[in-house]
Amino acid sequence: MKFKTFFAFVAPSLFMMILFIALPLVSVLIQSFQITQPVMTQSEVETCTPGFLTQTCTTELKTVPVLDENGKTITTTEWVGLQSYRNVLQMDKVWAAIGSNSWSEILQIDFWKALRFTLMYTLLTLPLVIGVGLLIALTVNNAAKSLRGPVIFISLLPFIITPVVGALSIYWLFVGDGILTALMEQWSGTNISMFAQAWTIELLMYFYRVWHVAPFAFVIFYAGLQTVNMDTLESAVIDGANRWERLRHVIIPHLMPLIIFIALIHLMDCYRVFEEIVGFRSEAYVISLQWLTYDFLTPDDAGNRAIARASASAMLTMIGIVFLLILPLRRTWRDHKGGAH
Amino acid sequence: MMLKKLALAGAISLMGTTAWSACAFENETEVKILSAGFEAWKAVTDAMAECGNVQAELDQEFRTKQPAAFEANPSLYHLGGVSNGTVTPLLNAGTIRPLDDLVEKYGQNLQPNQLIRVNGQIMAIAMMVNTQHLMYRQDVFEELGIDEPKTWDDVYAAAAKIKESGKMDTPLGATMKSGWNLAQEMVNMLPGHGGKFFNDDNTPAVNSAEGVAALETLKAALEYTDPEVLVSDSTYVQQQFQQEKIAIANLWASRAGAMNDEAESAVVGKVKMAAAPMAMEGGAPATTLWWDGIVVAKNITDEEADAAFRVAMEGLDEEMVKANNGAAIWLIKGYAPGPLAEGAIATATANPAPPAYPSTTRMGLMHTALGNELPAFLTGERDAQATLVAIEESYTTAAKEAGILN
Repeated sequence: MKFKTFFAFVAPSLFMMILFIALPLVSVLIQSFQITQPVMTQSEVETCTPGFLTQTCTTELKTVPVLDENGKTITTTEWVGLQSYRNVLQMDKVWAAIGSNSWSEILQIDFWKALRFTLMYTLLTLPLVIGVGLLIALTVNNAAKSLRGPVIFISLLPFIITPVVGALSIYWLFVGDGILTALMEQWSGTNISMFAQAWTIELLMYFYRVWHVAPFAFVIFYAGLQTVNMDTLESAVIDGANRWERLRHVIIPHLMPLIIFIALIHLMDCYRVFEEIVGFRSEAYVISLQWLTYDFLTPDDAGNRAIARASASAMLTMIGIVFLLILPLRRTWRDHKGGAH
Repeated sequence: MMLKKLALAGAISLMGTTAWSACAFENETEVKILSAGFEAWKAVTDAMAECGNVQAELDQEFRTKQPAAFEANPSLYHLGGVSNGTVTPLLNAGTIRPLDDLVEKYGQNLQPNQLIRVNGQIMAIAMMVNTQHLMYRQDVFEELGIDEPKTWDDVYAAAAKIKESGKMDTPLGATMKSGWNLAQEMVNMLPGHGGKFFNDDNTPAVNSAEGVAALETLKAALEYTDPEVLVSDSTYVQQQFQQEKIAIANLWASRAGAMNDEAESAVVGKVKMAAAPMAMEGGAPATTLWWDGIVVAKNITDEEADAAFRVAMEGLDEEMVKANNGAAIWLIKGYAPGPLAEGAIATATANPAPPAYPSTTRMGLMHTALGNELPAFLTGERDAQATLVAIEESYTTAAKEAGILN
């Protein structure tokens, strides 16, 4: 293809990518090095509150923002270097904790607590998603033709459900005396509270994520299975390879590019885990990096938001994803170069 | 067929015009309001809509939307439904207008204590009060011979008795969902113990003997609450009450009506409302007072403000209160307090009275810090002292970023 034609086709997408991804990213990067504050002043403010039948008025010293002549808040923006990153990472506390050998103290700092969960969650769900996806794909592929349609439909359902709705449904099934908790209680004869400790919540989260994402892996693998070379499979059978050996030496190598593809997508998606935290209301026990950014951004009743720390936390999340992707990407790159000769 | 439809449409439009007669004037200017979504707001905005050309948006996310929407010029809404907690960003940004002249023109029916004055100027019109107060199952208490609890120690003693009797495993309900709700419990408890949150120079002051006492009182609740209490918000506690799972809770007055809702409650008429318990003898009830009310945007024309305020007055009139007496603890003329309001009134008129929620920029930051750091204490990861230190550090970082501490 001529470069000009190529460019004409790619330009709109490139433009959109720059406008909606690159520029906001640059802006977040800049904001993570800046702090914007309103100019504050202390003044005596008398506020009256209705009691019942009477009013109580109190005069207090309040810190309030200064307004300019147009009634806008005056703000100042300062370059603060890595201050916001320091505020998020709290390395001084981390070093102190390492010095005194108390790992649990590190996990009390929000960022590290979130990183621990996010990483573990991403890396543990990855093999599960691929394994379960492959299992469903193989089962469907071997099922009778008449059954395939309905089975595919049912297996795809979890993937169609909106993540927040899916997370909330699981929350409602298990919270308090939810249907499934009640069943488990009846079966075991003990009182079970799934949302009263971190590990049961995490367990439900793993279950939810695999349940939600495995259908995606299944669809991709199922498509891949249709292109397995039948001649190779037949010759493997003639050579006396059993089912497992055929899977190990013929099918999986054939599906390898797809496995890498799913791993890439899953790593990117799962590192941004968010719906589970909000849906399961797990903030007291388990938080994720993406939730941390959201928490910084959410304004409190007085309208404050920690934009600088939110930007720093967002940048750190992105750096984390890049690190995670390096390995599978290098492999794809090598395969790509290897396949080109 | 066509004729039938036309006739129907005509009938409906006629019904619409007759409904207008409930309003004293016919409003011709477009009026938009953004408010919270609970029952009382529904009653008020419905009454306002009778004047015509009123668009009401009832949204529980109103507090995140309002500051930006009112900052626009012209403002996206003419009226805002606020509480004393959420009016602060609007006051700080100067996006709501003083109402003195409008009150003089149209506010003849307002009670003096409805006028919310800041530095002498009327900035909001309050319509109802809300507070967290004690609710308990009168039948259970009478059966076991327990007196009405006055302090938190009484509450725990009562809870222990009920648990012992085997009537309920978890007799105590608490709005301790991590984040805003849990922080609010501490906002009740610390002043209740005579402590304070700040020094005059905006530095935090929670790390004190009172702070430790407040934390210990909070934690004592866990023995009698559901193990999943850190995910339980007001609605959850309300449902626990309705389903006979709990017998005591310090819950929002705005939830009282739901106890007697035949459609969903199994405890109709059995829940009694009382003053919020005290944290220490002779202190104020450990709770805060809140009001909900209406503000008018600054970035609109005076004519629009005029019309908006008149519509608001129609929404807050005697007629509306009489039709929705049970929906809230109204401050409006014509309200007849029933048994459901007893707790809130006893709380508000206690001597010494509980403070109003201290809504300020620094309190917003403190509330967030409390909400993020308290869970670790209740799950047992951190002791009281370390938690108070963590709260102060977290607040200090945020306060420096917000520019109120150097």
